[in-house]
Parts: sequence; structure tokens; C-alpha cells
Amino acid sequence: MAQPLLELRGVNKSFGVAHVLHDVDFAVYPGQVTALVGDNGAGKSTLVKIIAGIYGRDTGDYLFDGQSVNVHGPRDVAALGVEVVYQDLALCENLDIVENMFLGREETKGITLDEVAMESRARETLASLSVRTVKSVRQSVSSLSGGQRQTVAIAKAVLWNSKVVLLDEPTAALGVAQTRQVLDLVRRLADRGLGVVLISHNMGDVMEVADRVTALYLGRVAADVHVEEVTHGRIVELITAGRSGDLGIAENPATATV
Amino acid sequence: MSVESDTPAKPADGAFASDNRQAVTLGDSARDYVNRLRGGDMGSLPAILGLVVLFVVFSTLHDRFLTTYNMANLVVQAGSIIVLAMGLVFVLLLGEIDLSAGVAGGASACVTALMLIDHDWHWLLATIAGIVVGAVIGLAIGALVSFLGIPSFVVTLAFFLALQAIPLKLIGSGGSLRFNNEVLRGLSIKNVPVTAGWIAAVVIVLGFAALALWRYRSRSARGLVHQPLPLVIIQIVVLAVIIFGLTALLSANRAPNPNLFNISGIPWVLPVVIALLLFWTFVLTRTRFGRHLYAVGGNAEAARRAGINVTRIRISAFVIASSMAAVSGLLAASYTGKVSPGSGGGNELLYAVAAAVIGGTSLFGGRGRAMDAVIGGLVIATIPNGLGLLNQAAYINLLVTGGVLLLAASVDAISRRRRSAAGV
Repeated sequence: MAQPLLELRGVNKSFGVAHVLHDVDFAVYPGQVTALVGDNGAGKSTLVKIIAGIYGRDTGDYLFDGQSVNVHGPRDVAALGVEVVYQDLALCENLDIVENMFLGREETKGITLDEVAMESRARETLASLSVRTVKSVRQSVSSLSGGQRQTVAIAKAVLWNSKVVLLDEPTAALGVAQTRQVLDLVRRLADRGLGVVLISHNMGDVMEVADRVTALYLGRVAADVHVEEVTHGRIVELITAGRSGDLGIAENPATATV
Repeated sequence: MSVESDTPAKPADGAFASDNRQAVTLGDSARDYVNRLRGGDMGSLPAILGLVVLFVVFSTLHDRFLTTYNMANLVVQAGSIIVLAMGLVFVLLLGEIDLSAGVAGGASACVTALMLIDHDWHWLLATIAGIVVGAVIGLAIGALVSFLGIPSFVVTLAFFLALQAIPLKLIGSGGSLRFNNEVLRGLSIKNVPVTAGWIAAVVIVLGFAALALWRYRSRSARGLVHQPLPLVIIQIVVLAVIIFGLTALLSANRAPNPNLFNISGIPWVLPVVIALLLFWTFVLTRTRFGRHLYAVGGNAEAARRAGINVTRIRISAFVIASSMAAVSGLLAASYTGKVSPGSGGGNELLYAVAAAVIGGTSLFGGRGRAMDAVIGGLVIATIPNGLGLLNQAAYINLLVTGGVLLLAASVDAISRRRRSAAGV
């Protein structure tokens, strides 16, 4: 297998006495969708925030393209080409699609905004993602549906030639058709060679679109497998019990100490 | 969320096939506009309709309302309200409020007047001193709101009370400072020479036309979203009619007794207002700073995550508001010819907030233009002007103005609700 684009090795993280992540290894490969699954409190959000640079690590290595990197904040992570699309999307409803995609990184000509360049690039990016459902790139975001907003947020993340995109529950609030669009988009991102991390509670989505599954159980990695090797039911077992047949944590840490 | 239902992407669609169709014909853009109105995005339309209604009512009730003399008067009266409102647009854009802008203007004008009278400063230096006082006030308010997290309502209410102390201390109770510098007082009582006025009008119309056509060409050449050419031409024609009409109106001799006096030309206030309007419109729509202002007003958290320095944007908005308040205070002093301890402490601020909101700036943040202040300011200034001609008691004036503000705020709130329902 190719070298991972982004890799965490032996990451531990505690908040006071709560030991949230135990020796977590996590890898994102180019051209693959890695699903990160786990129950509430399994440590998914903490792991994502460590990758995003919002939290530091107590121990463990952060590798990008095989090189160990020092990450001190979200800006360092963005500079590496890692973008996170959070569940609340962080779009300004009063601005249009182009304005949102370039927010904080506007292109300028002298002191004036270079709208022509920004609109052209936004359109190219959307077209390259085969996004055809928005009427105009000058529509305000408030007029978009949930799926379209998710699309804009994802397009915003890939606009900057990013290499790794983390999507936090991208289909959580969407209807059937909209979920379809977003999953197609997720697949296209990976097909373009990006490393995609899909955080999801929806096993159907995971089974359909992911190449690999990393299951977290109580802060430990229960399994890191190809999606063909597991079934829907086994992933659920990994999430809820931490083990499933020959997969999973040898001894259930929740009951081991009893 | 949105009412429209998404159909799955059809592979047969060309990429953005429908995008280029955006408003290519006049009919399309008209339909677009109606849809926006239906969706609650009214812009300045209510204010323009209100202005038309006020003009019709007052001109039928009083024959002197529509005289050029009174129209020139109206322009001068509206000047200080418009400038104050234009500054307030910036804080309203962020969903904040500045209750102290009126008295900040009074305090600034007082400093300028003292520099002129006691220290014999050049008018330009004295004006700058006044504006600096305004800027410092804005800096203090912005810092308190941003760093301590006190709601702007409370901070500026405190400043509203405390700032009244400055002119009271400097002037003394019951006193007043004359404001008779030739240039500054001249802003209200003198007029631009007729020829210069016409030249300026032609320059503005030609400049706007050139800019609009250039924009149309460069965008359509690259296949970007653009307005249809007929609409661009209509906009240019409408602007030309308004500008040339106003210039013609104000260039005529408007003295009540034309045989004895000659009063003609555009009052100097108007070019000041237009210059500020052009400048702030440029800042809001064409610069990164302006874009970031809208972003912070729309979703401060999203702006912060996008790497925008929200604190800096917020402080700048208050600095702009208070500096514009200083300019407005000077215009008010220029109109009355004096600065007294009560200057700016009356209804000025509420009129200006009303003007901005009537013009279409949202109290909820994220929506507003410098132009809103001009249109809304004209509405607000027309009410006392017309009622004054009709010899109505002061209480009627207050009632009507209060009613208009309430109406405007209701339109704002309702259209906001419609926007979130219809998603336009």
C-alpha cells in the first residue's frame, strides 16, 4: 500500500484525569476514503481536533507525507493542506457562494477585490467536482438547501489544493437525495487523489463510500480494516463492544479491570 | 431550511449549464427581483415608496413644499442625519448598536469650535481635531465591547451619558459656542458655483456610466454572472436623470423673492455627503475590509474560523461610526451656527438609527449599504420639514417619526423572517 498522506502514531490525550485517547494510530491514504466511526464519547471529535491542530497531543507523532511535522495550531495544519469541514459548516448566510469560498483568503488586485478571478476559480472548482445543482455561484448561501451548503463547504475546503479533507458528519442533517449528492462528492474527492476522512454514524454511508474503516472504542482503536473485510453488523459490534470475532481489542477495557 | 427540493444531479447536465442563464434578459432580472422581494429581500424599496408617499402628501397639503427653496433646505437638513446614519450602518452591520454616536458628534463639534475660537486654528486642523476626538471615542467603545465583552448597548449607553459631560464642562451650562467659520458654516449656507456644480454632475454621471459599462464588458467577456445590458443602461439613465434633475433644480434661483436676491447652486453639504457615500460604498463592496465586515455581521464564528481578525473588524466599525458622528456633529453645528452643551443629545441618534433601518439596513446584522443611510435620511428629514411647513405641533412630529421607525423595524423583522422561510 502507498505511504499514508497523514498519519498519527501512538497518540495519547488526556483532559485532566480523563484519558481520552490511548495509543491511537490513525492513517489517511491518498485516493481513499477512511471512515472514522465510534460511539459518542469514543474520542472521534478529540481525534479530529488533534488532526485539525485545535488540540495538542500529550504523546505521539504527527506525520505528513511520511515526515514528522510540528503542528502548533489550525494555521499550521491548513498550511500542510489539511482542511476540516465541521458539522456546522461555518458559512456566512448573507454572503454568496464565491464570497464564502474565498472568505478570509480573498484575492485582490491592488486594494480592490479581484471578483473576476475569484468567481472564475470558484466556478472551476465546483465544475471539477461536477457540482451542477447550484443555480448561480452568485446566489447567497441563505438560499441554498442543506446539501448544497455542504457542497459549498466541501468545495471551499478543496479550493486550496488541499491534500486531506476531514468531513464531520456531512450527511447528518440531509434527506435522501441530498445525502446521495454529498456521498457522490465524497467519492469524487477521493478519486481525485485526496485523502478523505469521513466521520459518520451512518453505517450505510460508511459501507457505501469508504475504502477503510477505523473504529474507535473508548479511546482505543478497535479496528483499522478494509471495508471489504467487514460487514455492517461487524462494524456495529466494533463500535458498541470494541470487538467482533477475531477483530477488535483483545480484552474489553471497560470490563477488564472489574 | 430551504423549501426547494433537490433533484439528484443529472449527468446529462452541462457543468453549470443553468448558471450562465442567470439574468441574461431584462425579463429574467425583473423576475429575479420580484422573487427577491417576495422572499423578503426588500432593500431600499420600502424607503423609496415611503419617500414618494411623503412627497405626495406634503406637496398636496402645502404648496410651498415642492419649491426649490424648500428642496435645498431639505438637502441641508438631511445632511447631518445621513452622515450619522452612514456611520451607524457599520455597527449595525455587525449586529451592534452605538447609542452614543449623537453625543460623540456634539463633543467633537465642541472641540472643533473651541479650537477655532480660543486657539485660532485653521479650519482644516480644527476639523481633523474634531474627527480625531470621534475616532478616540470609537476606539474606546470598540475596545470595551471586544475585550471585555460588554454588550454594545450598555457600553454606548454609558458613553451617551458620560460624553454629554464634555461639552457641558467645556462650554458651561447655558452657554453656547458660535460656529461661524467661513468654510465650515458655509457648508450649510453657501452653495457650489452653478458651473462647478454642473461639471461635477457630468463627471459623476460619466464616471458611473464608464464604470458600469466596463464592468459589464469585462464580466460578460469572461462568462461571469452579470446584469443584462438593458438593465445597466436603465441604471445609468435613472442615475443621470436624478443627478442632472437635482443639479438643474438647485441651479435655478430659488430665492423667495428672486428679484432681490440670487440663491442658486448646490449647497456644499451635498458634495460632502456624495463624497462620503462613494468612499464608503467603495470600502464596503470592493475591499477585503468591507467583505470581512459583512462576514462578521453574518456569522462571526465562521469569520473567525476563516482567519479574520474579528476583534479588529469590530473595533474599526465603532471607530468609523464615531468618526462619522464627528463629521455629522460638524454638519449639525454648521446648520445651526452654534454648538451648545445639548448638541447631539436630543433625537439625532434615534433619527439616524431610524434612517439606516428605514433605508434597509438590518438591525440583526449582516445587511446594509451606505446608500441606505442616504435614502433613509431623506425620509427622516422630510417628516419634520413637511410637518414644519404645515405648522404642526412638535408632538405630532415626534409621533410620526416614532411611528415611521417602528414601521421600518417591523418591515426589517418581517422580511428577515420571510428570508429565513423562503431562503432568499
